[in-house]
Amino acid sequence: MTDAGNTQPAPADIRPPSQLKPIVWVQRNLFNNWFNSVLTVLALGSIYFIGRAVLEWAFFTADWRPVTHNPILYLVGQYPRDQLWRVGASLLLVSFLTGMSWGKWKGIMRSFALLLGIGLAILGIIPAGGQLGSLAVRIFFLINLPAIYLGYLLGSRKFVTGGLVLAGWLLSFSLIPFLLRGTGEGTMLPTVETSMWGGLLVTLILAVGGILLSFPLGVLLALGRRSSLPVIKLFSIGFIEGIRGVPLVTILFMSSIILALFLPPELRIDRLVRALIGMTIFSAAYTAENVRGGLQAVPAGQIEAAKAVGLNNFQTTLFIVLPQALRAVIPAIVGQFISLFKDTTLVIIVAINELLNIGKSILQSDVEFLQLQFEVFIFVAAVFWVLSYLMSFASRRLETALGVGER
Amino acid sequence: MRKFSLPLASLIILAMLLSACGTPSGGEIVEVEVTRIVEVEVTTEGDIQVVNAPGYGEILARVQERGRVVCAGRTDLLGFGYLDDDGRNIGFDIDLCRAVAAAVLGDPEAIEIVPVTAAERGPVIQTGEVDLLSRNVTWTSSRDSQWGNFTITMFYDGQGYMVRADSGIKSQDDMDGASVCVTSGTTTEKNLAADFRERGLDFEAVIFEDTSSVYNAFFEGRCDVTTSDRSQLAAIQAGADNPADYMILPMIISKEPLTPVVPHGDDQWFDIVKLVMYALINAENPAYGPITQATVDDVLASDNIKGKTVLGVEGDWGYSSLGLDADALANALRAVGNYGEVYNRYMGPAGIAFTLPRGLNEHWTDGGLIYAPPIK
Repeated sequence: MTDAGNTQPAPADIRPPSQLKPIVWVQRNLFNNWFNSVLTVLALGSIYFIGRAVLEWAFFTADWRPVTHNPILYLVGQYPRDQLWRVGASLLLVSFLTGMSWGKWKGIMRSFALLLGIGLAILGIIPAGGQLGSLAVRIFFLINLPAIYLGYLLGSRKFVTGGLVLAGWLLSFSLIPFLLRGTGEGTMLPTVETSMWGGLLVTLILAVGGILLSFPLGVLLALGRRSSLPVIKLFSIGFIEGIRGVPLVTILFMSSIILALFLPPELRIDRLVRALIGMTIFSAAYTAENVRGGLQAVPAGQIEAAKAVGLNNFQTTLFIVLPQALRAVIPAIVGQFISLFKDTTLVIIVAINELLNIGKSILQSDVEFLQLQFEVFIFVAAVFWVLSYLMSFASRRLETALGVGER
Repeated sequence: MRKFSLPLASLIILAMLLSACGTPSGGEIVEVEVTRIVEVEVTTEGDIQVVNAPGYGEILARVQERGRVVCAGRTDLLGFGYLDDDGRNIGFDIDLCRAVAAAVLGDPEAIEIVPVTAAERGPVIQTGEVDLLSRNVTWTSSRDSQWGNFTITMFYDGQGYMVRADSGIKSQDDMDGASVCVTSGTTTEKNLAADFRERGLDFEAVIFEDTSSVYNAFFEGRCDVTTSDRSQLAAIQAGADNPADYMILPMIISKEPLTPVVPHGDDQWFDIVKLVMYALINAENPAYGPITQATVDDVLASDNIKGKTVLGVEGDWGYSSLGLDADALANALRAVGNYGEVYNRYMGPAGIAFTLPRGLNEHWTDGGLIYAPPIK
């Protein structure tokens, strides 16, 4: 930015910038002529004044009580406090499997496992009010650290295959909803209706569920759109274009309200499931178009070569076309998933208490919180930023690992 | 009022005969109804055989089978439906749901609150997705015809004005040319415009999208007046740094009778919910005891005929026809207390939400509008 007014050719110093002395670097980059010097001073001045105002607000003016008073509401919403161990157990399962994946695949999973561990450790030791500050909840968080490590040790063993770890993930993703919802009154796991779920728990369920379900659906739709069978092709085109032509809010509203008017009372689909279905089909339509871009980028020669060595259509698609197509569109797909993650806040219009909506509820839980919406929204925004950033960080690591962009 | 349906009647009688012989009959739904009718006959000893419209009794049967009353509520309105520190849904509207659950199932915790948005209120009750809509719904004629059956008004709210105490504004006449903070696109905005137009006064609307911004702007002095439902204004005033600096004016410019709603088509359920509300209201009447959460057992031991009738030990208050236990209302009162207790719990002088003088919501013996038919 400060190079904008640079009229002089750069001095003939071929050392990389990191080897320059700081004072030389400053001189060369920030104060190399009068115009840049003025810009630098102006920029520093505004950063100082804005930064000071922001920090003063954050540390002295802002009243963070709606955030610190009872942070566990942001995590699980209304989930009954005597059943919290079920959320804890689900988390433990995820931690353990993340650890196993780290042991198995190293690389990017290592960063994931470490970030998860650091995040949970922070949650376990930060000073917090309400139940989050209680010893039991802290232990819940901290116990995940040995779980990750145990998973790592187990995953490093020879006999643990990649398939086994994947099966573990699949199994746990089908198990966790049952664990959270329960098996009915009078049993070990009393039912906790999804209307009681809330906070980050619901945000993550919607995001992870939406991503996991929409990705295979999107790939199928993309393949269907390029299919030579007219019925499949027309259906895929109709689905993709139909869904892409409607805003997500409309889809959520339709799935929650209009659908209920047509279905008989016995066929009532759970409200959270309705929202999840809405988000899934919406995201699948966009993923399908991303994947189609990747499919078109695979040279025809690849398919001809596959045919030449005797692969059938199914094998060609699965082993030759898709790996190359998906590799090419990782950034687009991750972008789509990040936007899906942020779009989970839209379920506010069907009154599901995800992270943002629970923030709004917390504002109404005490007369003294009523005017503190700025603090609450800043906090929620920060949580979303951290999680979205982690996703894009993971995508960049994945691209590097797969060598995308290198030839 | 009841629709007599000959085929249904004959079917019920036929099924009665069948079940009396101990033979399982084909239609399960009819069978459930039959069991109930037989019980009625036993307890009332020779009451007239009534034939009810289709749909009658469906909701109670569903609720009893499920073991839970499903209420549409909200988690984001202080005083009416909001969250406590444990994440439990509490509030005036939620207590009404608890009272119904206590009456029909004997357990005030046997509820499921489904949070709904304002736009969803109609559909959830129209489709029967919930058994009871208790989410500060204003009773209007079009909603009554489309949504469901409005039971009895439990809270008389109305739109009012809040001003700074030192502004000297006493009524609308002092507000000519004033700037008014209001949320956009709501009935609040329409009522405000109508009120000023009728009086031939001018105002400058300062419009915001969400309620919090409206009150922030008002407290920052960006407008002279703010307007909303009086219960909201009371909450906002209580949340101000110095509540005494602000004043809610006495006049009310709109009628907002907040009323629990039940689905159309099941008169039994409609009656049950109404009776529970009547009990809460009557129990506050000194002539009935008054019955409070704490004095239920004292009244049972006393010789107050009215009070004992409500509690089910002094004749039938209607429970036998409705398929309820005699102590249903007693359970409701044990669970949440009488109307005044529910009100005061959240909005009384020591209310946990905020303080709002009862005004129109005083019991009718104290000059308010809270009135219910006698329980006897």
